[in-house]
Amino acid sequence: MADAKVIPFDDDRSRARRRPGRADGEAAAVRALPGPQHGPEEPEGRREARDGLPGSGGGREAGAGAGAGAEPEAPVVVDAGPGGAAEEGAGGGGWERRLAGGLAFLRRRITGDYEVDEFGYDEELTDQVLMSLLRPLYEKYFRVEVKGVENIPADGGALIVANHSGTVPLDGLMMQVAVHDHHPAGRHLRLLAADLVFVLPIVNELARKAGHTLACAEDAERLLRAGEIVGVMPEGFKGIGKPFGERYKLQRFGRGGFVSTALRAGVPIVPCSIVGAEEIYPMIGNARTLARVLGFPYFPLTPTFPWLGPLGALPLPTKWTIQFGEPIPTDSYAPEAAEDPMLMFNLTDQVREQIQHTLYKLLVQRRSVFF
Amino acid sequence: MGKVVLVTGAARHLGGRFVRRIQRDPEVERVVAVDAVDPAHQLGAAEFVRADIRRPEIAKVLAEHDVDTVVHLDVTGTALGGGGRTSVKETNVIGTMQLLGACQKSPRISRLVIKSSTSVYGSAPRDPAVFTETTPAKSLPSGGFAKDAVEVEGYVRGFARRRPDVAVCVLRFANILGPRIDSPLAEYLALPVLPTVLGYDPRLQFVHEDDVIDVLRLAAHEPRRATQNSGTFNVAGDGVLLLSQCARRLGRPTVPVLLPAVTWVGTALRTVGITDFAPEQIRLLTHGRVVSTVQTREVLGFSPRYSTAETFADFARGRGPGLLPPEMLAGAVDRLAGRLTPAAAAPEAAAPEAAAPDAADSPVAPVHRVHPVHDGV
Repeated sequence: MADAKVIPFDDDRSRARRRPGRADGEAAAVRALPGPQHGPEEPEGRREARDGLPGSGGGREAGAGAGAGAEPEAPVVVDAGPGGAAEEGAGGGGWERRLAGGLAFLRRRITGDYEVDEFGYDEELTDQVLMSLLRPLYEKYFRVEVKGVENIPADGGALIVANHSGTVPLDGLMMQVAVHDHHPAGRHLRLLAADLVFVLPIVNELARKAGHTLACAEDAERLLRAGEIVGVMPEGFKGIGKPFGERYKLQRFGRGGFVSTALRAGVPIVPCSIVGAEEIYPMIGNARTLARVLGFPYFPLTPTFPWLGPLGALPLPTKWTIQFGEPIPTDSYAPEAAEDPMLMFNLTDQVREQIQHTLYKLLVQRRSVFF
Repeated sequence: MGKVVLVTGAARHLGGRFVRRIQRDPEVERVVAVDAVDPAHQLGAAEFVRADIRRPEIAKVLAEHDVDTVVHLDVTGTALGGGGRTSVKETNVIGTMQLLGACQKSPRISRLVIKSSTSVYGSAPRDPAVFTETTPAKSLPSGGFAKDAVEVEGYVRGFARRRPDVAVCVLRFANILGPRIDSPLAEYLALPVLPTVLGYDPRLQFVHEDDVIDVLRLAAHEPRRATQNSGTFNVAGDGVLLLSQCARRLGRPTVPVLLPAVTWVGTALRTVGITDFAPEQIRLLTHGRVVSTVQTREVLGFSPRYSTAETFADFARGRGPGLLPPEMLAGAVDRLAGRLTPAAAAPEAAAPEAAAPDAADSPVAPVHRVHPVHDGV
């Protein structure tokens, strides 16, 4: 595991030093959060139920809860409802109040008396259940430290552009929890997900309910125009499925479509760097034939998976940092600028460079992969 | 001089309602109702002409009655009184071709309204979440009613090119529901236990039959000030309901089935004749479909009176209670609340609606919307 700490910096260190002023400015903006520093052994039990969420295994459990039947939801709700209530109304009342809140929630759920938006986003379910399920993973397992969350505007749309890594898209989910739990205005992050997500049963259902939608220009623009915060990971499968040796090296940012979408909607672009997700499943190999048979873009082989079976599917308990950078305004450009390919490439590169530099800076500051 | 409106598909429930409604409009002089079978309902003062739109006689009807407005409602998914899929397809496609041919010959025609469906967008996982009128379908419907609708729209576009003097309005309706509507989806929702596709919770949109009649009238008359009623418009109630929500509001338990098995069950049910579980229906109930109604609001100037949820509530009122009526489940939770929290029970039992917002700490969704408790079926 010792080698995991060593990140090949080579040329990057000098590049990071070349811009000290900027680094200082960002460091000043950093707001360290008093993250809970518990050992990784504590949430062992709950993690089991949840870490498969974006994959296939554990998702089944949550899927049954959020799914079609009325009865199967009951145990999940009763379990999670008070949990969600505890977060917000901790000072207000005792357990009776929380129980009443949980029962009122249950009553609304089983009678279908709640609302979803046109993307299928179920705000109530996300706040009360899905976020409560992800929170132990976020707080106790990965001990995510969030910096610069105030760079996300308190109102109006914004496009958050982040690096993508970790074989399984846990980084997107953690980013969603980070915005949900730490943003002073209580904003919700709406992620754009790959089409594979919406092909898979159960996963697509949960993704829609958690507010995710297909990564296409139409959906992104519609959300941004509605004043939502949209999260996108332009590296896509190239980023998430890259081998461990290439960790923290940003891949090509697609065709830069996210920039023109942000320009057309006139919203700022917030670069976001996520450190820690690269090491959760160190991908040392790729079973291409198997991936092709299953219809996946890659099939990861890690030191533990699939050799140890389901136990090998546990992510390594790395320590994460999510840094939201200075927003890049786009409202100064004329609307027809979205059609200018040169400007698009330049802006895409600017965003990419900023994320890459912040990644290197965070890596230098990091003491160890796991603490 | 008043208008002469010809309505096809008058023997159906929707056609009959439209015929009865439009003859009360002051600018309408006469209404000619056309269908291949005699209607079971009254048509008021309208003149009923029994004619098959698949035959060229329809041109004679148009000429004889000096028709200037044609409202083509005979594009449907199910046959009226027997007849299989082939005759439905013929009526939809050949009927539309004949009708358009007749319209092209008639110099008096000035307005054409076509009832289409949002199923022309298909429904696939790789589609954008919300369809606008210009979104191209990722996967064109391979068969069934949806394909008919695509073909009908193609012929209508051709007609509009050849007769630019005729105002053509294509109305793409979401699933039409109402207390009296019989559609494959309504039949499906009437099943005691709803088979659903495991791992998918489709987003559905409904439009109320009252709104359908209103928007058809709007399209059949001269456009109002600052609006335009030729073009293609999506018509759907505001908001979205998930299938799981629908099932809970109806009080019907769901049985999730694997996707391949659903196709099999659908075939089995179709064979027995319980429901017309067409493949396009299965796709809808797997991936769902949501359309944008911005054009309808801003260009056509029409806002539906019923939202999707209100349409569904009205539909649910017309049906009997399911196996798990929502009011029973809500009562059970209230009793449980009363037993577990004697202190909190008092306000909750007195006014469960009012107790909810302060008991739950999140901004609660409007509780009053569909509470079948006071619907009293």
